[in-house]
Amino acid sequence: MVITGAGIVSSMGTGWSENAAGFRAGRTAFREVDLFDTSRQRVGSAGQAEVPEEAPAWAGARTWSRMDRGSRLAWIAAQEALGQAGLAEDGGAMPILVGTSAGAMPLGEAYYRQAVVGGSRRGQFSRVERYQPQRQLTSMARELGLHGPLRIVSNACASGANAIGQAFHLVREGRAARVLAGGYDALSQLVFAGFDSLQALAPSGIPRPFDARRDGLAIGEGAGFVVVESLASARERGARVLAEVAGYGAATDVHHLTQPHPEGDAALATMTTATRMAGLEPRDIDYINSHGTGTPLNDIAEARAIARWAGDAVGGVAVSSTKSAIGHLLGGAGAVEAVICLMALDGQWLPASLNIREPDEACIFDLVREPRDSGVEAVLTNSFGFGGANATLVMRKEVAS
Amino acid sequence: MSRIHVSGLGAVSSAGWGVPALMEAVATGRRPEVSLLERETAGGEVRATEVLRVPKPADRGVIPRSPRLRRASTVGKHAAAAAAEALGPERLAAAQAGGFRLGVISTLMNGCVNYSNRFFGEVLEDPSTASPILFPETVYNAPSSHLSAMTASTAPNDTLVGDGAEYFTGIDLAAEWLLRDDCDAVLVVAAEELDWLSAEAMGFYARALVPSEGAAAVLLEKDASGPVLLAVPDGVSYAGEADRCRALGRVVDGLADLVGPAGDTGILLSDGRTGVARFDRAEDEVFAGWAGPRVSLRTQLGESLGAAAGLQTVVAVESVRRGEVAKALVTSVGGNEGVGAALFGA
Repeated sequence: MVITGAGIVSSMGTGWSENAAGFRAGRTAFREVDLFDTSRQRVGSAGQAEVPEEAPAWAGARTWSRMDRGSRLAWIAAQEALGQAGLAEDGGAMPILVGTSAGAMPLGEAYYRQAVVGGSRRGQFSRVERYQPQRQLTSMARELGLHGPLRIVSNACASGANAIGQAFHLVREGRAARVLAGGYDALSQLVFAGFDSLQALAPSGIPRPFDARRDGLAIGEGAGFVVVESLASARERGARVLAEVAGYGAATDVHHLTQPHPEGDAALATMTTATRMAGLEPRDIDYINSHGTGTPLNDIAEARAIARWAGDAVGGVAVSSTKSAIGHLLGGAGAVEAVICLMALDGQWLPASLNIREPDEACIFDLVREPRDSGVEAVLTNSFGFGGANATLVMRKEVAS
Repeated sequence: MSRIHVSGLGAVSSAGWGVPALMEAVATGRRPEVSLLERETAGGEVRATEVLRVPKPADRGVIPRSPRLRRASTVGKHAAAAAAEALGPERLAAAQAGGFRLGVISTLMNGCVNYSNRFFGEVLEDPSTASPILFPETVYNAPSSHLSAMTASTAPNDTLVGDGAEYFTGIDLAAEWLLRDDCDAVLVVAAEELDWLSAEAMGFYARALVPSEGAAAVLLEKDASGPVLLAVPDGVSYAGEADRCRALGRVVDGLADLVGPAGDTGILLSDGRTGVARFDRAEDEVFAGWAGPRVSLRTQLGESLGAAAGLQTVVAVESVRRGEVAKALVTSVGGNEGVGAALFGA
């Protein structure tokens, strides 16, 4: 199972090149949110992406105008992934697996505002219909010329990784030659206020995953998509292989609805499953793109899980959280971070956990605090979500024979 | 190849709590009493929507005791009750004791709309005082997470969002997990709850649709006892086939070897017709010559969105289990994603 195409949009930029340049340079991409009023909240900034109002040249203007912000992000990333895979003109019957946590929430918010006021119902049917993610993604599929079944996974912040993992299984078991898989989420007032209500957002607006005095996360938005394909299919098409998807693990943390088990039990389970499936040992993993939200509870649980998983090899395992640069993309995070891992494999460099002042003492691994050149053959990416959804993907540069 | 069996069923519907209440309603054809869901707009206008609610349970014990359910919204409680019924007390205890790996798949269209409504109302009022207790319960996968917590299961747990045909994707994924040995058993649960937000929204599609709520749970296991999952064909997406008749036709054609063009007198059709002609046209036309018995649950118990296909499935499987029919075909023509189906047999 290999990846033959990848696409990405984040607050760092649109497309592989802009994002790769930004992560390689160690840039952060946060700004004041101007999509809704944040004046009564503890935090007013986020990783807000540039989303064009006008349809890109390759997109149908009418469909674009009917899409919500998140679906536009998804479409941009999916288009890039298919283009890179050489499938922009003929995606055919490939299934589509997409992770999202909030779907088209801003449209639901608009519906709510008008319904509460009462009076006119103008535009309300359109909002109801377009609020549904399956409606938006079916439209996207039609525009992309993809006719296969659609599956929307909504496992909170693990959704994108789960979607890629499930695509991996579909191809591995011969149910599809190739699958378009990814995840997306856009900023919305409800979700932003929700994380603020939990006091999970960093008051400074600067997330510092794995810092000893970290105080929360920053929300971001964006999308990541990949084409997962059988090696035979890729070779038959003469497609360039970006990486092999070598392992996937999924498990459930039942400790608490919003808090991980303090020792990271479920994370340990998914990391172990994914590396075993890949036929690798922890010492073979050159880089971990951690879930690394920057909240006190998440980072320490993940650090402990990594230490337990790696054992004696932990000191040699390079770890960073790219949420320090673009924020937490929720349902899109796992897919976007998988694409960042592909960039690391492709460019042979490691992205960093930025803005760390003093690492938490639980970080006994090699915490990457500045981007650096490095030999990268195998990577692992973790995604954890509300509800205890845990997922790990392992990818490697060289395809196993 | 291993066969996948349905070893347990659970249901919460406008007919009542439990599979017996659902089956009795189907047998009698009795429609539950419609009630009014009223609310007042900021402008003082009272808006009322006719709905088919899940009645209050006569026995509060149908909702399992679990710390997670204290704060759970109605949809979570519906899901938990259906799941507990499907498992039964012995299997529930065994799962909680770690006796087997229980996967959970939840499918829904609407989700925790009640808490979303309340939380966003608080946000608009003043985001600085919006409740941190409500927000986590607004997330699509909260009900599914509660089921894993209730059963103490760390096996995979997925929430799938889609239109009225999404339940079959859940069945398909469960079969995949079982055949790959990811789990020993999988609960596939579909649950929804009523709220004025979604109830009024349904009126934009057709005034004749009566919004409803409930939950369905199917417990699937490999090489167990109970009715067999004979087939769950790939759904047909409207992205590739916008015509619903042709989309349904393609799904049914894929089952032709097992069902035949018009079924036979021993095959139950548990379809997704709603009572609204334009939504029902595909199933009316494709199954115009259906030879066997036919149940259109939504016309009787209301449109419970993501839960409806699950409840149709419970009726189908229970009919097979009781020996009333040899096979049962369940279909749903979704509103804006695609068509799905599943076939069960003795």
